[in-house]
Formats: sequence, C-alpha cells, structure tokens
Amino acid sequence: METIKNYFFIDLGVMLGRSMRHVSRSMDTIITVTIMPIAMMLLFVYVLGGAIQTGSDNYVNYLLPGILLIAIANSVGYTSFRLFTDVQRGIFERFHSMPIARSAALWGHVLTSLVSNVISLIVIILVALLMGFRSPAGLASWLAIAGILAMFTLALTWIAVIPGLTAKTIDGASAIAYPIHFLPLISSAFVPTKSMPSGVRAFAEHQPVTSIVEAIRALLYHQPVGNGIWVALGWCGGITLLAYFFAMRVYKRRG
Amino acid sequence: MSSNEIAIAVKGLEKSYKNTPVLKGVDFQVEKGSIFALLGPNGSGKTTMVKILATLLKQNNGQAIVNGFDVSLQPEQVRQSISLTGQFAAVDEVLTGRENLIMMARLRHLPHPRQVADDLLERFGLTDASHRKAAIYSGGMRRRLDIAMSLVGNPSLIFLDEPSTGLDPEARIVVWEIVKKLARGGTTVFLTTQYLEEAEQLADTIAILHNGKIIASGTLEALKQLFPPAKVEYIEKQPTLEEIFLAIVGTKTTY
Repeated sequence: METIKNYFFIDLGVMLGRSMRHVSRSMDTIITVTIMPIAMMLLFVYVLGGAIQTGSDNYVNYLLPGILLIAIANSVGYTSFRLFTDVQRGIFERFHSMPIARSAALWGHVLTSLVSNVISLIVIILVALLMGFRSPAGLASWLAIAGILAMFTLALTWIAVIPGLTAKTIDGASAIAYPIHFLPLISSAFVPTKSMPSGVRAFAEHQPVTSIVEAIRALLYHQPVGNGIWVALGWCGGITLLAYFFAMRVYKRRG
Repeated sequence: MSSNEIAIAVKGLEKSYKNTPVLKGVDFQVEKGSIFALLGPNGSGKTTMVKILATLLKQNNGQAIVNGFDVSLQPEQVRQSISLTGQFAAVDEVLTGRENLIMMARLRHLPHPRQVADDLLERFGLTDASHRKAAIYSGGMRRRLDIAMSLVGNPSLIFLDEPSTGLDPEARIVVWEIVKKLARGGTTVFLTTQYLEEAEQLADTIAILHNGKIIASGTLEALKQLFPPAKVEYIEKQPTLEEIFLAIVGTKTTY
C-alpha cells in the first residue's frame, strides 16, 4: 500500500497529461468551451446590449460573470463523454488491473476539468478586457472569485462524473449537459431578475447560478457581498459533496 | 508440481451476477511459463474468470492464487505481477501509438519511458505508425499496440481475453506468433478463446469451460485420449478457404 500511495501524484500527473491532450486535440471541445462563450459575449454586448437595461454603464462588466459560468457549464458534458469512453473502451479496466492508485484514473478526469476551465476562463477574461471590461477588484477579491469558480467547476464536474460512469449509451452520457446549460440562461447572468415575470423570477432568484453570479459581481465591483456569497458557497459545497458521494459509490461498485 | 512453479491456482471458484450463477465451482492450475487456454463458447464465463484473476471482480466463493498472492486478499501484489489485455483493444485512440506506450511506461514507473516505448514499437512493427493516432490504426495494428502496452514492464503473467476475435486471418497469425514468442521468453500466458483451432495452435494446456464448470482439462494429447483411438481413413484433403486466402495474399508471418 505504501509504495502505491507514494505514486499517487505521479500517476495523477500522467492521467492529467493524457486527458488534457484529449481536450487540446478536440476542436469541438475548444469551440464549445471557449469560442462559443466568447461569441455569446460579443453577441450580447454588441448586438443585444444596447437594448438591455442593467443599470451599469458598460454591459460587458455586467455580463462577464455569467459568461464565465456558461463556459464552465458547457465544459462538463465533455467530462461525462471522456469518462464514458474510458469505461466503454476498457481503458479503465486496463488502469485498474495495474499497480496504480485506483482513484487516480477518476481524479485525472476531475483535475482535467479544473485545469482546462482555468485556461478557457483566462482566455475569456482577456477578450473581455479587450472589449472594455474593467474591475477595481484587488488581489483578495480575485482570489475569492477564483475560489468560487473552482468550486462551481468541481460541483458540476462531480455531477457529470455520475452519468459518465453509469450511462449505457453515449447520448445518455452527454444528456446531463442540457439541464446544466439552461441554468445560467434562466438567472441574472444576462439581465436583472426584476425584469422577469414572477414565476420565472422566483425560479431564477432561488437557483444556484444567480447567487453565484451576484456574489462574483459584488466582488468585482466592490459592492457589499452580504449573505449572498454564503448562499453561493453553500450551493457549490452542497452539490459537490452530494455528487462526490454518489459518484464515488458508483465508482467503487464498478469494482 | 511444487507451488513455486504454479502461476495460477484456482479452487472452487464461484461467481454470480445477482441471482444468475456464472461460475459454479471452477478448479484449474496454470504452470509458470506455459500457455494456458480457457476454451468456451460466448457467455460461458471466460471473461468473468479473467476479471476475477486480474482483480477487477470479486468472487463469491472459492480461492484464486496468482503468482503466489490471493486475488481477494492481496490485489495490489497481484497487480504488480500481471498484465491484462481485454477483449476490446483498450488503447487510447486520441493518443499516438508511441504516446500510448509512454503513458504505460510512466504508469509502471519505469526509468526511461521513451526508450521503452521505442523498443516495443520496433518489436511490434509499429515504428512507422508510431506518430499516428491510434484511432486510424487497423484492427491488427490496434491489437498489436494493445498487446505491446500490456508488455510494458515485462510482467511475468499476461492475460489475453479473446486476442484474435475480430481480426483477419493474417493479423491473427501475427498475434499467434507474438504469443508463442512470449512463452518462449518465459512469460506465462493465460488466454481465452472460442476458437478450437486457436487453443490447438497455441496452448500447452487447455481447459474447457461449459455451464460454469471446467468439464475437461489437460494437454492436447491428454484431451485426445479422452476420445476413442483415431481410426485411419483416407480422405482427400481439400484446402480450406483460409489456406486459399493466405496462399493468395502471401502471408507475412513475421512481425
């Protein structure tokens, strides 16, 4: 056991390197995860933005947090897909019959999701800067934002692990992506919830994305974060724990 | 046979999926350095047997000792000394042949992963294709890469689950040559097959699995003696379609 524990991080590194290649060699992934959110940002700012009243002078400042969450939400379907392929092709069985830490294969996928999202979010933020995004936030606020985004990524990734391990068909594995794509759309990511009809508004105000968007916005623009940030962190932490618990149960049951 | 000449010892092994018994008390032994064939029709439990021996599944009853270690009590030690080549070539299609082998060498924590990869590519006639993605390999090339990946780190025992299923006759002969060379080099080979001819060509010892039990086992000679002595008859020998095919295409049996 000792020797295998010592190799955990080496094995994890090999797994990370492997699936990062899966990301960087898939044009489809790069388009959905990075280019599409940037295109949406351009569309909303330069085409629709003139008609949207958010109360901020620069719409890109209002929009950016939501775009970041959309990029993350778009990415987790690929985690399901990559996991599903590994299970179906027998690659997991190959890894599991080798003297390597069992969980390294699974954590490799989770870590890949985190690392690839960090890269795509940095690219999106750079484009936003070119479009006039400015924030007075200091280092502490940016670290807090990075923490929230990382937790959001982990929460969605662990949800995506479950169908990746259990699905019988490739469509089943990717189906999880659709409801997750919808959450940022029905939130305060694009427009304030005040402008929505009451039923939609009630949903938008009580689902996780709105509280996360609002918390990031508050940190970016020196507004009081209040209780909102705890609601946001509570959502992320709660979903992560629950999904992690179920995912690990499924993973262990698979042998 | 003394116990240190035995690679695999299986006693009273039972396995059920839910309420369906698959293995109903299986007993056999595999000598070190020999080729052992588990012969049986589809669904007879061959793959289940391999998965238990490779520590991917737990048996319900009975004992299996692999290279001196109990598969259910010392799975880590078993994994150190074996290698599994599953039924479907478990290669990473996004990676090149060389990258697949380097990955395996890293996961086995070998000192010179690139050198190990290049040597195996050479040995399996894959050097020219080494920088191509495994996705575009032919079935035979993929199987060769698959077996090469299993040989990284020179395990003393290798499991081959239906190694020639889905291969054309030429590719199958190449795989047979590989298996024979492995055994000559001292590696113990455990293979499953549904083809009588494959067992006859390769195996030192054959066990026939039927309805969850070993109904006959021994050397080919011993099995032949279970039947009435051969009568001498004169029959005009027609070439089989396979022989015709191989004669026309001019098989290369080197690899």
